[in-house]
Amino acid sequence: MTLIKTQIGRRAFIKNTSLAGGGLVLGFSFFNACKPKVAEAIAMELEMPEEWYEINGYLKIGDNGVVTILSPNPEIGQNVRTSMPMIVADELEIDWKNVIVEQAPLNTNLYSWQVAGGSRSISSSWQNLRMAGATARHMLKEAAAQAWQVPASEITAIAGVLTHEASGNSAGYGEMASAATQIEVPEEVELKEKSEFSIIGTSRKNVDGKKIVTGKPLFGIDVQREGMLMAALVHPPAFGKRLKSFDAEEAKQMPGIRDVFSIKLYDDDFDKMAFHFTAFNEVVVVVGETTWQVFQAKKALNIEWEDAPDTVQNLTLFGNAMEVKHPAGMENSDSHTAKLKELIEKNTKVSRRDGNPEEAFKNADKIIERSYSCPFLAHNTMEPMNFFANVTEDHAELLGPTQTPEWMEPAVAERLGLPLEKVDIQMTRQGGGFGRRLYGHFMVEVAAISQRMKAPVKLMYTREDDMSQGIYRPSYYATYRAALDADNNLIGFHVKAGGIPESPLFANRFPAGAIDNYLAEDFTVDTNITTGAFRAPRSNFIAGAEQSFLDELAEVMGKDPIDFRLELLKRAEENPVGSPESNDYEASRYAGVLELVREKANWGQNEAGVSRGVSAYFCHQSYVAQVLDIVMEGDTPVVQKVTAAIDCGIVINPDAASNLSEGGAVDGIGHAMYSGLSFKDGAPEQTNFDRYRLIRHREAPKAIETHFVKSDIDPTGMGEPPFPPIMGALANALYKATGRRYYHQPFILDKPPLVG
Amino acid sequence: MATFNLKINGKSQTVDVDATTPILWVLRDHLQMVGTKFGCGIAQCGACTVHLGDNAVRSCQLPVSAVGEQEITTIEGLSEHGDHPVQKAWLEVDVPQCGYCQAGQIMTASALLKRNPSPTDDEIETAMNGNICRCGTYIRIKKAVKMAAENNS
Repeated sequence: MTLIKTQIGRRAFIKNTSLAGGGLVLGFSFFNACKPKVAEAIAMELEMPEEWYEINGYLKIGDNGVVTILSPNPEIGQNVRTSMPMIVADELEIDWKNVIVEQAPLNTNLYSWQVAGGSRSISSSWQNLRMAGATARHMLKEAAAQAWQVPASEITAIAGVLTHEASGNSAGYGEMASAATQIEVPEEVELKEKSEFSIIGTSRKNVDGKKIVTGKPLFGIDVQREGMLMAALVHPPAFGKRLKSFDAEEAKQMPGIRDVFSIKLYDDDFDKMAFHFTAFNEVVVVVGETTWQVFQAKKALNIEWEDAPDTVQNLTLFGNAMEVKHPAGMENSDSHTAKLKELIEKNTKVSRRDGNPEEAFKNADKIIERSYSCPFLAHNTMEPMNFFANVTEDHAELLGPTQTPEWMEPAVAERLGLPLEKVDIQMTRQGGGFGRRLYGHFMVEVAAISQRMKAPVKLMYTREDDMSQGIYRPSYYATYRAALDADNNLIGFHVKAGGIPESPLFANRFPAGAIDNYLAEDFTVDTNITTGAFRAPRSNFIAGAEQSFLDELAEVMGKDPIDFRLELLKRAEENPVGSPESNDYEASRYAGVLELVREKANWGQNEAGVSRGVSAYFCHQSYVAQVLDIVMEGDTPVVQKVTAAIDCGIVINPDAASNLSEGGAVDGIGHAMYSGLSFKDGAPEQTNFDRYRLIRHREAPKAIETHFVKSDIDPTGMGEPPFPPIMGALANALYKATGRRYYHQPFILDKPPLVG
Repeated sequence: MATFNLKINGKSQTVDVDATTPILWVLRDHLQMVGTKFGCGIAQCGACTVHLGDNAVRSCQLPVSAVGEQEITTIEGLSEHGDHPVQKAWLEVDVPQCGYCQAGQIMTASALLKRNPSPTDDEIETAMNGNICRCGTYIRIKKAVKMAAENNS
C-alpha cells in the first residue's frame, strides 16, 4: 500500500455543504424546456437511488450502491470522460457497471487543471483521482467499523461490498453511504498497489457510446433553450484587414432577423492571456431566430473593410509576458517561403552548442544537407466553433465546447463587467479539439452578444468562418546537416529551424546528447496570420523532418535505420553529451519502443512489394515508435499497415488508448500527405472541405496495430504523442516505395520541378 | 415562409419555414432532432447524412421544398432502441473518439448495407469516402461495417 497525504487538492475532498444533504445533482440539461426526468439520459440501464450521498467533489454514492463519478476535464475525443472515472472507480473498489459518469462543471475550488491540453489530463489528475476513490473507500470502511464496532483495518472492500469476515458482517456501499458522509476526511490515505488495479489497465467502452450512436444531444451545437436566439458573425476576409463600416438595412429586413451590430471583443488595455487572443477583435454580428436565417442574412450584409496598421499584442502565457507583433499588409504563401529561406541563412540564434561543430564540419569528408518544410494547417474540428450563453444583469451562464474553461472565465467576466463568481461555465462533449478550442474567443463573443440582446444566445460559426479565423498550425522550415568522416562516422550534427511565427526546434531533444559536436539554431518570422497550438505543437513538424533526415543519414552510413538510432541512444544513455539534465528524454525508454516495434513489426523480414519506413519520437513525456508499410498500386502509394510501439507509462484503458494511437497515425499521414492552407493577399485560399483536403476512408491505412510497453510508471501523455512521428515513417516508406525522398508537406504536392 | 408536411422517422411533421431551408436545419432548429450534425454546409463531409427513402443523402444540401412525399430517416429513427446492427457493431468495436461525425457515418453505412448486405472492403471504402472523420477512426468504422454485415447475414 502507498500512503499518500490528502493535502494536495484537499478542497475536493471536503464535503460541499450545499450538496451534502443528498439529493440528485444533475448536470446541465440540453433541453431546458423539458424538465429533466430523473436523468433519463444517464440512467440507461441503472436503477436510480432514492437518495444520493456526496462523499467528495468527485463522487456521490446512492443508497442502492450506484455511484456517480464526476469527470472534471473537457472531453474532446481523448476519452477522459471514461478513463478519468475509471481511476476513481478502481481506488473506490466499485463494480464499473454500477458507475454513472457526469461531466463536472468548471470549479476551480474543487478541481485542478480542468484543461484539455498538453496531453496532461490523466497525468495531472492521476493522484487526485486515485485519492478521491481511496478517500471514499476509507470513509466507507470507517463507517462500517463504527456500525459493527470492529476495527476498520479488518474490513475489506471489494466490488462495492464491505465485509468483516470475523463477525460475519457485510454491507453494500449504499447502506454505509449516509454514515460515510459523517466520517472525517482522513489526513492521509492508503492507495492500492498498482498490481491490485482491477479497472485501470482493462478496456472499458466509451461511457457516451450509446448516446453517440443514437444521436442524443451531447455536443455544444446541440444545446437548445426556450427563447434562445441564434447568432452568426462576419469577420474580416483577410488577415491585415479590419472593419471600417457596414450597412445592414437589407439584412435587418430578412425573416427572423432580430438585430445586426458590431462588437469589439476586448478593450485595448485588457490584460490578455495567450488563449484569449483573437485575430479579429471587431466583428459584425447577426442575431435571429434560426441558424439558417442568420447564415442567409450574413450574405446580405454590405461591409467595408480597411487595412489594419502594425500592431503589437502584449499577452501573458502562464505568467510570462509575451510580445506578439502583427505587421500590417496582406501576406502571400510565395513570399512566406522566400522569407523562410532568406532568414534561415542570416537570422538564426544558437539554442544549443556541444563540442566544436564548426571544426567538425570543416574537417568533414562528406556533408549531408537537407531542408524540410510544412504549410499552415487549420484544426478543422468536425464540430465548428460554437457556444451558448445566457447573460442576465448579475449572472452569466455559459455552456459549450471549450478546452480551457478555467482560462477563459476571467476574460468572459471582464468583458461582461461581472465578478468571477457570477460566471458559470459548463462543458459539453466536444466534436474535436486538436488545440483549436484552447482559444476561446467565441465564448467571450457569445457572452457579449447575449448581454446585449438580454436573451439566451447560441453562436454558430459556419465552416468557412471556422477555417478562415486563424489560430493555425504555423508554417515551419528546417535544414539539417550532418558531417561524416572518411569512414562514414558521424562527427557533427547541425539543425537550423524556424517558422512563421515560431520555431519548431526542441534543441535538447534527441539526437542532442548523442553527438559530440552538435549545433541547434532557430529563427522566427513575424506575421499577422494568427497561429496557435495544434496537436503536439512544433513536434508535429520537427519529428517528421528529423526522423526523415536520420533515415537518409543511416542510408549514407550504410546502417539499418533502427540500429543507427539505437547506437545513438546507447551513447546518450551511457555517456551523454552535456549534463544528463540537459537532455530532455530518457534514452532507455526511447530505445525500448524502437526495440518493441522492431520485434512486433518483424523488422528485417521484408515481404516482396512492401516498402517500410520507421520513425520514433518523444513528446508529452511519452515515447512512440512506428513502422509504416506501403504497397504501390500503380502510381499510388497505399499504406497497408502501421505497427506502433508506445511507452506512456501505465495505460488506463488499453482499447481506448489504441484508438488514439490509430487516430494519431491516420491524422499524421493525412496532414503530411494531403493537407495545407495557403494564402493570397492575406486570405486563406481554402475555406471549406472542397478545397481543403483532409484524409478520407480510402486513404487511411488498411490496418494499425498498437503495442504498449508494460510499465509501472505513472501515466504520461497519450493524445498527442502518436501523431508527430508517423510523418517520418511515411516519408521513409515513400522513399523505399518510390525512390524519391519527400521533404515538403503536403507530400502530394511535393513534385520534382518540371524539366524544359 | 411556407408550410411543409414531412414524413420523418415514420411520423408526420409539419413545419413552417422558408422553402430554401435545408432539411439539416429543419431537423435541428425546428424539430429539435439534433442527432444530424452540421459539418461543412456544402455536402463535402457527410456529418449531416440522413436517408431519403433508402438513399443516404447530405441534408445540408437538401432544401425542405425538394423532399415532397419521400420518407426521411435520421439517426434518431434508425432503430427504436438503438439496436440496429450497425449501431450495435459501432458499440462493440467502440468506434468513436470525439463522436461528432459518427451519426453521419452510421447513416451512410446503414444505407450501404441495405442495398449491398455483404460489401467488399473496396465497396465499403467507396461508400464511406464522403464521410470525414477528423479523429481518424476509419479502420474501426470499416471493422464495424463488416461486423454489422456479418451479424445481419
